[in-house]
Amino acid sequence: MQRDPRDLVRYTPSERLNHWIVGISFILLGLSGLALFHPAFWPFTLLFGGGTWTRIIHPYLGVLMALAYMVMLIRFTRLNLMTAADWQWLKRIREMVDGDDHNMPEQGKYNGGQKILFWLLFWCMLLLILSGIPLWRAWFSFPVEWVRLAAVIHSGSAAVMIGLIMVHVYAAIWTKGTIRAMWYGTVTRAWAKQHHRAWYKEATKEG
Amino acid sequence: MALQPLDITARSATTTPSPSARQGFEVAKLIDISKCIGCKACQVACMEWNDLRDEVGFNHGVYDNPMDLTDQSWTVMRFSEVEPNGHLEWLIRKDGCMHCADPGCLKACPAPGAIVKYGNGIVDFNQEHCIGCGYCITGCPFNIPRIAQKDGKAYKCTLCSDRVAVGLEPACVKTCPTGAITYGAKDDMVQHAAIRVRDLNERGFAKAGLYDPPGVGGTHVMYVLQHADQPGLYANLPADPQIDPLVSVWKGITKPLAIAAFAAVSLAGLFHYITKGPNEVSKETEKEVE
Repeated sequence: MQRDPRDLVRYTPSERLNHWIVGISFILLGLSGLALFHPAFWPFTLLFGGGTWTRIIHPYLGVLMALAYMVMLIRFTRLNLMTAADWQWLKRIREMVDGDDHNMPEQGKYNGGQKILFWLLFWCMLLLILSGIPLWRAWFSFPVEWVRLAAVIHSGSAAVMIGLIMVHVYAAIWTKGTIRAMWYGTVTRAWAKQHHRAWYKEATKEG
Repeated sequence: MALQPLDITARSATTTPSPSARQGFEVAKLIDISKCIGCKACQVACMEWNDLRDEVGFNHGVYDNPMDLTDQSWTVMRFSEVEPNGHLEWLIRKDGCMHCADPGCLKACPAPGAIVKYGNGIVDFNQEHCIGCGYCITGCPFNIPRIAQKDGKAYKCTLCSDRVAVGLEPACVKTCPTGAITYGAKDDMVQHAAIRVRDLNERGFAKAGLYDPPGVGGTHVMYVLQHADQPGLYANLPADPQIDPLVSVWKGITKPLAIAAFAAVSLAGLFHYITKGPNEVSKETEKEVE
């Protein structure tokens, strides 16, 4: 694709790197976690050098994701605070899902749906990190009642999070011209105007 | 004890039925606590037969030694001084794997074939398939499996499955000097226990009884207790052990529910795309920004 100098910068290289570290560790965590969760996914252990390696690597990947995620959280929380316009947008999400976004309320850098996803992912991430600690028997020893509860919370929130990430990825595929923002950081002006008009106005005013 | 079924009738992380056409009899070890003198010969025999050598620890001022089960100590005597009827009783319980008919360890284990149950009822760990996650500890209602520092694998009593397979009795049974531990077909052991319970009843232990907890489908290691109404007296033997509801949720409904959710989200995405089409930037907007 020919890159236009008039394109708008949506993500800096460092933000992209941050997102990809979280993304890659999430995929590896998902694959290794699913292998330990359900026998149907046991073959995924082959990607990690067998069952024992899968068990060893999974929590360290978790630490990597947790650290990278915290940086991302600091970077993006302020942009994801819910506003009245977001709730207006969410009320009319049906029109959006139908692909008719002409009358949707004007959105900033993130729309109401993205923000809700951000906060759902935040809660999943928090539950996963906290419940992951008692399950890490190589380093920690907790009462078995805690470990049992942690196992339920960890698998439950992981399943929800995988579902949410599927939605996240699908939304990026569905909305054409989006994924490039994560590859090389820019989006076209038309894309910005159509999907995030308030952000477009702000970005073009400065530029 | 020849001719018992050694088919693997249950296997961890396996969703289809394991071989179970052949129907044989189940075995059991019966531990008569009223006959135990706490000599620990069974601990020694267990170490001997299984080639285990625990660390020489410290004397903690009590008879328990070692203080807990480890990867090297698959059975330990637990000594309790209690006064259930106003007079002192010294209760000595040989602790170790109970070989549950419905094993929580096997249910929790994520590694296919790392935990198996034989047709004769013995629950065995196959360390070469074990990944060391410790889920068996999480699943066990009796707090039995231990992970070895040396290799990160889980270990516990095998009920001497290697001896039993060739018609021998478990090492602890073989060595017990008082006959407190007996081994045989489970039906026979239940009958034998009934005789022992009657004897204890006559000797003033009105509440004597057999410990074969139904919450885990019964066990293949059973106790004769003088106070069957208070199993807790025996170093906190659980009164009604069962696989914890949290473990059942984790290993039960969560799994199909999660898979159904992933399938639903994937299909919803696909159908949404092929019915609504991509969300493209409109030609008008493109012209506006020119």
